[in-house]
Amino acid sequence: MNDKRVIMTGNEAIALGAYEGGVTVGTAYPGTPSTEILENLARYEGVDCNWSPNEKTALEVAIGASMEGARVLAAMKHVGVNVAADPLLTLSYTGVGGGLVLVSADDPGMHSSQNEQDNRHYARFAKIPLLEPSDSEEARDYVTAALEISEKFDTPVMLRTTTRISHSRSTLVPGQRKEHEVKGFKKNPAKYVMLPGFARLRHPLVEERLLALQEEAEKSPMNRIERGSTKFGVVCSGVAYNYAREALPEASFLKLGFSHPLPEKLVREFAELVDEIIVIEELDPFFEEQLLAMHLKVPVKGKELFGLLGELGAEIIREKVLGQKIDPIRVRDEIPGRPPVMCPGCSHRGVFYTLKKLKLNVMGDIGCYTLGALPPLEAIDSCVCMGASIGLALGMAKAKPASAENTVAVIGDSTFLHSGITPLLDAVYNNAPITVLILDNSTTAMTGHQEHPGTGTTLQGEPSASVNLEGLCHALGVKRVAAIDAFDLKELRSTIKTELEAGEPSVVIIRRPCVFLLSTFDAPPAVDLEACTGCGTCIKLGCPALSMKEEKARINSTICTSCGLCEQLCRFDAIKSVLEKAGENNG
Amino acid sequence: MAKTDILIAGVGGQGTILTGRIIAALAMAEGLDVKTAETHGMAQRGGSVITHVRIGEKVYSPLIPQGDGDFLLSFEKLEALRWLPYLSPGGTVIVNTQELEPLPVLTGQIEYSTGILEEIESKAARLIAADALSIEPVTRNARMVNTFLLGILAQTMEFEKEKWLLTMEQTIKAKLVDINKQAFEAGWEFAREDG
Repeated sequence: MNDKRVIMTGNEAIALGAYEGGVTVGTAYPGTPSTEILENLARYEGVDCNWSPNEKTALEVAIGASMEGARVLAAMKHVGVNVAADPLLTLSYTGVGGGLVLVSADDPGMHSSQNEQDNRHYARFAKIPLLEPSDSEEARDYVTAALEISEKFDTPVMLRTTTRISHSRSTLVPGQRKEHEVKGFKKNPAKYVMLPGFARLRHPLVEERLLALQEEAEKSPMNRIERGSTKFGVVCSGVAYNYAREALPEASFLKLGFSHPLPEKLVREFAELVDEIIVIEELDPFFEEQLLAMHLKVPVKGKELFGLLGELGAEIIREKVLGQKIDPIRVRDEIPGRPPVMCPGCSHRGVFYTLKKLKLNVMGDIGCYTLGALPPLEAIDSCVCMGASIGLALGMAKAKPASAENTVAVIGDSTFLHSGITPLLDAVYNNAPITVLILDNSTTAMTGHQEHPGTGTTLQGEPSASVNLEGLCHALGVKRVAAIDAFDLKELRSTIKTELEAGEPSVVIIRRPCVFLLSTFDAPPAVDLEACTGCGTCIKLGCPALSMKEEKARINSTICTSCGLCEQLCRFDAIKSVLEKAGENNG
Repeated sequence: MAKTDILIAGVGGQGTILTGRIIAALAMAEGLDVKTAETHGMAQRGGSVITHVRIGEKVYSPLIPQGDGDFLLSFEKLEALRWLPYLSPGGTVIVNTQELEPLPVLTGQIEYSTGILEEIESKAARLIAADALSIEPVTRNARMVNTFLLGILAQTMEFEKEKWLLTMEQTIKAKLVDINKQAFEAGWEFAREDG
C-alpha cells in the first residue's frame, strides 16, 4: 500500500477532487448527507464558497460562475435537486462555460430525509451525464473527470453519491491542483438565451450530445468489466458494487461509474460473457429497465430479488443471490428504542409544549423542530418539504376558512429563508388569515449549525448583512409581526392565542439561539423533593434532563442548561434555581 | 492481518466517529486497507448511533454485514444489546456499563432493560464490561469514555501500543492529547487485568 495515503469521507474526497480539478466557485445549501462537501471545499485556498439560501439559487450561482468561465461545483441532498430542477433542466440546453458539476447526495434508507427518491432519474430526465463513485478515491477522481467531461461536451455533469459514499471513509493519495483560468463571459445569445427560437436550436444539440456521451461512456475507464465466473454477471454502480464484490467474489462484474448514458455496447459485450445478468442497485430499477429494453440474449433480473426499498448490504446479496441465510445472534424482542430527541435547553421545546396544550393543528417543516412530532410532545401534524408548512396552512384556510383559527405553520429561520418567503407572500396576497411561527434559533441546526442569510456571517467566515425577519415580513405585507422569547411559556401561549384570533395573516418570531451555539450556562435548578408531588407535568416537556424516579421529578445536572421551562411549569414551586439569575437571560 | 470488523455503538454525541477515525488512521499507517461508515444527521440528536470500521488486506463494503463483527465497542449498555446481532458468534463485546436512559424511559412509558450484561455474556464469546466513569481519568472527564474503551480494544488487537499512542497524538486536539492517553492507558491496564 502507498504510504502517501490519507483516509477521508466521500464528502471530503469530493471537495478534494473539486480543488484538484481547479474549481474556483462552490455553492450549496446544507442537507444531509451532502453538507460537508462545501464545508470542506471552503477550507481550500483559492475557492470562493457560499451557502445559498436554497438549492435553486445555489445552482443558478453555479451557472453564472460557469458562464463567466470558472470551474464550479454545486452540492445538495437528493430533495435539494427537486428545488434546483428548474434551472437544471434548461442548463442542459444552454450547456456550460467552465466545467460544472452538480453533486446529488441521495439517502437510501432515509437516515435523515423525508423520502428516498432515486436521483439517477434526474440525469436521464435532464439528458446529462451521470457519474457514480463507489468509494472516496473514486469520488475524488470522478469529480475531476466530471469537470473534463463537462467542458468537452458542453454539459453539466451530475455526480451522484449516497449516504454510504458521502459518510464512509476510505483511502486515497492526494494529487496536485490544476489551476483553471477564468476567461470571462463571452456573449452568445443563441446558447444562453433560452427563448423558444433559440431553445429549439439547442434541443437537437442536446440529443446529439447524448449520443456522443454514450460513445464516451463506452470507452471510459470508469466503466469496466471484471471477468469471473460465467454463470452470472452482476451489473452495478456506486456503493452497491462494493456490497456485491464482497458478497459474490466469484462473479463477473460490469461496474458502471459513468452510468448515464448507458454504454449499451459494453452491456452487450458483457452479456456475451455470462449466462445470466443480475442487476444489483439500490432503490429503482434504473439499469434493469434499460437492460430489459435492450432485449439481451440472456435473462436479466434484479428487483424481483432485491425489491425497491432502502439500502442493500453484502448479507442481503448473499441471501438473495446465493441463498446463504445468516444466523445472527438473537436478542430479546423488547429493546427500548432510542429515537433522536430535542437537546436539553432546545429553544423549540416550549413552543411545541404550548402548541400541544392549545390543541392546534400544526403544519410542520424540515429541521430539528420536526422532532416535535415525536412523543411526548407529538405536536406536529404534517411535514412534507422545505417551506411547505406555510403553503399547507394557507391551503387549509382556503378549503375551510375557520381552520385558520386553530392552525399554525411552524418553520425554522433557515427553512423560512430557504422557501418560506414565497408562500407567506401568497398568504398575504390571497387574504388568508394564517398564523406563522418562525422558530429563529440563529442557525441551520439539524445539519450541523451552518450560517445562513440571517446569521451575519458567510460560510468562509466573513461578516455579512443579516436579514431582519421583522422587516422582511412587514415588507411582504404582513401587518402583524410579533417577536417573543422562546423560553417564556406565558407569552408564547398568549401571543399565539391572540394571533390565531387576529383574522389576518400574522407572524410570530420566536427567538433563542440554538443551545449548541452557547458555551456557558447558569447552574441547573434543583428539585425540592418535599414540594414535588410527582404530578409529572414537567416530564411532558420531553426533556432528556428530566426524569421521574420514585414518583419524584429528577434533574440530570450534567446535561441541564437551565432553560427554566420546567420551573415555569411546576405549580408546586418544587423546581428552583440554585443561584440568583443574572438578568433575565437564563439560557 | 486477518480481516477485522469493529462496530462502535453509542448515543449521538458520545464520540463514536472520533474513535472510528483513530482506529482507521492506525490501520492505514500499518499499511492495511480500511473503510468506515458513520451516522450523521438527525440520529445524532441523542439517537442510537453506530460507526463501522473494517480493516483487512482489501476491504470492499464499508458496512459490516450482520453477524460478521469481530468486536462490538459500546459506549452505553443498552446499545451493546441493540447491536449484538451484528457480532459474529466468536466476537468480543467491550461495554461501558453506563446507562443512558432513552426518552421513553425517562418519561416513564417503559423501563430500561434489566439483565443486559447476563444476556450478552451468554451469547457473545467474550464480554469485557467496565464502569468507565468510575475509573481515572474518566472520573475527571466523562468524555474520555471513548479512549478508555479504545485502550481495552487495543490490548486485544495486534497493533503495538506505541503506534496507538502516536495515532492519538495525530488525531486528537493537542490540548486533549494527554488526558486521552491516560484514559487509553487505563483501558489497556483494565483489559490486561481482565485477562
